[in-house]
Amino acid sequence: MNNSQNIIARSATTTPPPQVRNDVEEVAKLIDVSKCIGCKACQVACMEWNDLRDDVGDCHGTYDNPRDLTAESWTVMRFTEYESSDGDLEWLIRKDGCMHCAEPGCLTACPAPGAIVQYANGIVDFDSNHCIGCGYCITGCPFDIPRISPKDNKSYKCTLCSDRVNAGMEPACVKTCPTNCIEFGSKKDMLARAEKRVGDLKARGFRDAGIYDPAGVGGTHVMYVLHHADDPNRYAGLPKDPRISPLVGAWKGITKPIMSAIIGITAFAGVIHYVTKGPKEEPEEAPDDATPPANRGGDAGHDASSGADPHSLGYDATRSSRSSSDAQRHPPGGDR
Amino acid sequence: MKTSHNRLQRYSPLDRANHWTMAMAFLLLALSGLAFFHPAFFFLTHTLGGPVWARILHPFIGVVLVLLFYAMAVRHVRNNLLGGNDVQWMRQIGDVLNNRDDKLPEIGKYNPGQKLVYWALVVSIAVLLISGVIMWRPWFAGYFPIPLIRFASLLHALSAFVAIVTIVVHIYAALWVKGSVRAMTRGWVTRAWARHHHGLWAREKEENERRERH
Repeated sequence: MNNSQNIIARSATTTPPPQVRNDVEEVAKLIDVSKCIGCKACQVACMEWNDLRDDVGDCHGTYDNPRDLTAESWTVMRFTEYESSDGDLEWLIRKDGCMHCAEPGCLTACPAPGAIVQYANGIVDFDSNHCIGCGYCITGCPFDIPRISPKDNKSYKCTLCSDRVNAGMEPACVKTCPTNCIEFGSKKDMLARAEKRVGDLKARGFRDAGIYDPAGVGGTHVMYVLHHADDPNRYAGLPKDPRISPLVGAWKGITKPIMSAIIGITAFAGVIHYVTKGPKEEPEEAPDDATPPANRGGDAGHDASSGADPHSLGYDATRSSRSSSDAQRHPPGGDR
Repeated sequence: MKTSHNRLQRYSPLDRANHWTMAMAFLLLALSGLAFFHPAFFFLTHTLGGPVWARILHPFIGVVLVLLFYAMAVRHVRNNLLGGNDVQWMRQIGDVLNNRDDKLPEIGKYNPGQKLVYWALVVSIAVLLISGVIMWRPWFAGYFPIPLIRFASLLHALSAFVAIVTIVVHIYAALWVKGSVRAMTRGWVTRAWARHHHGLWAREKEENERRERH
């Protein structure tokens, strides 16, 4: 956490987070998929800057390495061999990682105050020091990005190099990309660049080229230029219309204050009922309750043929004194 | 034993031990669960030693509660089936709430309100167990698809809500009906209490006693 005074959203917090230093421009990383050569320099730069050393993976017949995002691999190149209906093979490579949504599902779902924050520049950052390891961020994320480390049970993902950006530098992956496939700047500038690039692609025959800045999550601070923006799913399952799941919305939304209120009202109703209607007092003994002890104690205690073991009823000896005093307190005739 | 004639055994020592172990487990579960339910309750994570410990311990305590609860529920299912005068008693819920007990029909060991508490918990605790396992990190959640985890999270919250409201009602009823708390702490009720609140059960108990005597 580099700047604690420009936080526009904070997990599990119902009052405004500290945000007076918010006169900053929204930033964005633009990934032009059509320019990516799959060199994985971005993965290396990410490891290097963030001091991450994931376990060496294994070969499983694709170029993806590691196979998936992990708590120590915050970005992964995903390779797709796509065959179009007219038999053309396209090798699609997409750099996967956190999209830094304007409306982050992870932050919505997180129950730990301050474990996830969104800065005024749009970066969604995990303050893993406050993470409790519940995994709700994974449940909330529409892109399946956060990963919990088996080493410390804390959740991790791309920070958009918030530490570098805060010091006026671009993210490590942007710095290292040899083809300028990844660019970084203000969101406005990046959108303008993306528009220009989409125009180029369209002129070169990619009729469906477009920008991926999905409105369902309020736009993202990591955007793609796709040659097939009509079918983002083709790029290793990039969702076409991502949004915070309605289930997460219901889980984290209005239901909780309502349910909390009903619990409180139920308890309050009890108090009011008690003080207005009063308790159901212990009924007083009827005259015939006072069965003469001789009638019972005598045989129950000594008549073996009755088969009544006094202890089988759970009665204990300490009760005798209490019971007789009960009888004194409630003289016969008090039936209600 | 000679003056035990005034009392009837309602809950055995095992029932009582089980009940109060469950009560403590439920209290810890409800407090730590509410902490994750809404930010306003987050401070309650301290009941289990802080937020991370609350996340770690909550599901294990849940398993303890499930085991104790169903061990109890199975033994008491017969007494909790609706029937007899239950419908009539429910129709007269106004008399119940206004303490006009003399107008109420005689009922068995449990009244319909208690039976509803029983069934609400039988169902909600089952849903809590299943949804809880699906959400349980780091052990089980990884084996389930994320959309299912979302559904489980919603169900867990809803069923926890049902369970907590049920227990609030349960606790209030125990404080409201004098003699109930003693039944669960000491095990016995007075004959008058039994006849007044659970007439059919009292008669059955007393008949059993007579049969054992002769």
